[in-house]
Amino acid sequence: MPQTTRTNDDWFQFRRILTDERSRGIVIQVLVVLAIVAFIAFITRNTLINLERSGLTTGFGFLADPAFFDINQPLIEYNSQSSFARALLVGLLNTLLVSILGIIGATILGFIAGVLRLSKNWLISRLVTAYVEFTRNVPVLLQILFWWALLTGLPKVRDSVSIADTAFLNNRGLRVPGPITEPGFMWVLIALAIGIAAAVVIARWARKRQDLTGQTFPSGLTGLGLIVAFPVLVHLALGQPLDWEIPERTRFNFRGGINITPELIALWLALTTYTGAFISEIVRAGILSVSRGQSEAAFALGLRPNLTMRKIILPQALRVIIPPLTSQYLNLTKNSSLAIVIGFQDLVSIGGSILNQSGHSLEIVAIWMAIYLSLSLATSAYMNWYNKRIALVER
Amino acid sequence: MTHEPFHRTHDDMLSERPAPLATVGVLGWMRANLFSSLANTALTILAIYLLWISVPPFLQWAIFDGQLYGEDRFSCTGDGACWAWLDQRIGQFLYGFYPSEETWRIDLALVLLFPALAPWLMENVPGKRYMRWFSVAYPFIATFLLVGGFGLTEVSTDDLGGFSLNLVVGLSGIVLSLPVGILLALGRQSRLPLIRWFSVIFIEVVRGVPLITLLFVSNIILPIFLPADVALNSVVRVIVMITAFASAYMAEVIRGGLQAIPKGQYEAAQAMGLGYWQSMRLIILPQALKISIPGIVNTFIGLFKDTTLVIVIGLFDILGIARAMVSNPDWLGLSSETYVFVSLFFFVVCYAMSRYSMSLERKLDTDQR
Repeated sequence: MPQTTRTNDDWFQFRRILTDERSRGIVIQVLVVLAIVAFIAFITRNTLINLERSGLTTGFGFLADPAFFDINQPLIEYNSQSSFARALLVGLLNTLLVSILGIIGATILGFIAGVLRLSKNWLISRLVTAYVEFTRNVPVLLQILFWWALLTGLPKVRDSVSIADTAFLNNRGLRVPGPITEPGFMWVLIALAIGIAAAVVIARWARKRQDLTGQTFPSGLTGLGLIVAFPVLVHLALGQPLDWEIPERTRFNFRGGINITPELIALWLALTTYTGAFISEIVRAGILSVSRGQSEAAFALGLRPNLTMRKIILPQALRVIIPPLTSQYLNLTKNSSLAIVIGFQDLVSIGGSILNQSGHSLEIVAIWMAIYLSLSLATSAYMNWYNKRIALVER
Repeated sequence: MTHEPFHRTHDDMLSERPAPLATVGVLGWMRANLFSSLANTALTILAIYLLWISVPPFLQWAIFDGQLYGEDRFSCTGDGACWAWLDQRIGQFLYGFYPSEETWRIDLALVLLFPALAPWLMENVPGKRYMRWFSVAYPFIATFLLVGGFGLTEVSTDDLGGFSLNLVVGLSGIVLSLPVGILLALGRQSRLPLIRWFSVIFIEVVRGVPLITLLFVSNIILPIFLPADVALNSVVRVIVMITAFASAYMAEVIRGGLQAIPKGQYEAAQAMGLGYWQSMRLIILPQALKISIPGIVNTFIGLFKDTTLVIVIGLFDILGIARAMVSNPDWLGLSSETYVFVSLFFFVVCYAMSRYSMSLERKLDTDQR
């Protein structure tokens, strides 16, 4: 074979590799992998050099060391001799606490605001619009700082604002009555659990019966009775094992009760109002997405507006609402990390303290990321499951 | 037989009578919109009550009782808001610690921003072609103006602060996150598994963690990852992190748009012999981006609000300046005034963006109705 043809052949082969879709794909992917491997090798090398130079060790062993710092109002037992790991756990619990409270508050506020914004009442819908637009367009960090400044600017403990003489508001927070439980209280909790279980069973049975026979059963009211009245009756029968300790004024402070810190209240208020505004938009879009024919058909069947909303509009709107709602919940959880600016000791804030004290920055950041990632993956897994369950079944 | 006139009819047409007073005009409007039912009336009264207890006292505090001038907080004697700090500190709120004789450069950069944005935001701009070249050059011009060199006095980026820092970080993030987001969205849809996995992992990890942890990474981890002699500027690091953060969200928004394009469009592009990049550039992306506009602008708004987070790594944006000022003995405790003032800046910018996106949505809504 003559020389020239062979080089031409090679050139042709080479060009074919680049133009053929499959081989070109392989070439591109190999290049990407090489780039990533080179990048990782680069930062690993630098990290090793830098760590050696600064004399730092790596590994998670330091988590067992005592923390030597205090945490304000830990949810579980903690003192400055406790380990770093326990401090992180306290922080995680605080993050979960404020996130769950915020999610509950924001959902309620968001649904109310979303429905009210569609109200025919001009004044109400304008007021709600003003709230939504203002809150959505101002950074949440600013709102957290604002609420915190407002709460810490309240009167001193001596001049606390009394709310019906049971709760007291001052610049150190809100002091509310605390529960005192006696041994018999266990039974009340058991009664509550039984009530919930029974309510679920009855609701299922009622739905099945309605599907089969068309007869309705007031499962909502019955359930409420089982969940509320049954435990209350048990509570009364056992001689009221749960008592409330009303805070009592002393000369400089209060005795008894639970103090909710201004940091927690400020964070909760800011996250609730901020996320609530976003949720109200989602709810509004969801309700508007249900075609008008649905409500007209419901009215034609003789359903009252209230029932139409509950049985026709909301179930269909929920399908549209759930996916973006999930990401709002995740955003709220992530935004709770802004607690660090007002000194609420959440996961990030305590992680920061540990980082400053031990210097194990790589490990702390890895822990942060792992925890937040698993929180968000778990939430989206649950919501995907829920979403699949309520998704429209089409032919 | 004579025709007995039927008593209840008229022979002539009755003249029109005005509609009942309660259904027209202000009264009718109020009846329909405010007092249509008992519940509605209750809501209206509640709303009026809420407005009554909040708006007049606020105006009284902010405006009628407000004090505009003074040396420090002690010269504010009234019950109202103390705006005296505005007079002395407004420069810091806008420009941070930028040398005061050089602030014209920031002003100029801001003024030049408008012609740079105009060809992208407005339809009828004369000389659109040349204006676009100016837009491309604008980032370099702005950087030159802000940082200096080549004849201008050099200013350290550490002196950047106040609202101009928010604008610099926000605009850079916006300009950079859109192309990165598009690439990530395409990567996530790619048929090449490695590219797809890489995009998925990047997007999910970045979206799964709070921005604050990424900023900590930029501050604490990046110096460990980089060779000792490389020191990245703190503003640049923040821009990189905020861009990475926003582009993951952007990618998801654009992916939604890509998924909404009917398969026929992809197939038609292929049938016409267009390659991957050509079909994306000419057929798919123009349509996908159009549907994604609301989401894209929302991401921009989120990004701009997130620029306040730079305070956790020790930069002084407008919020950082405000926070520093209210802990200064001269102005201690003026947090309501300062935070109200700062929130106005963000509200104006973000609200304008959302309004613009709404009008664009209406304009681009080419569906047959």
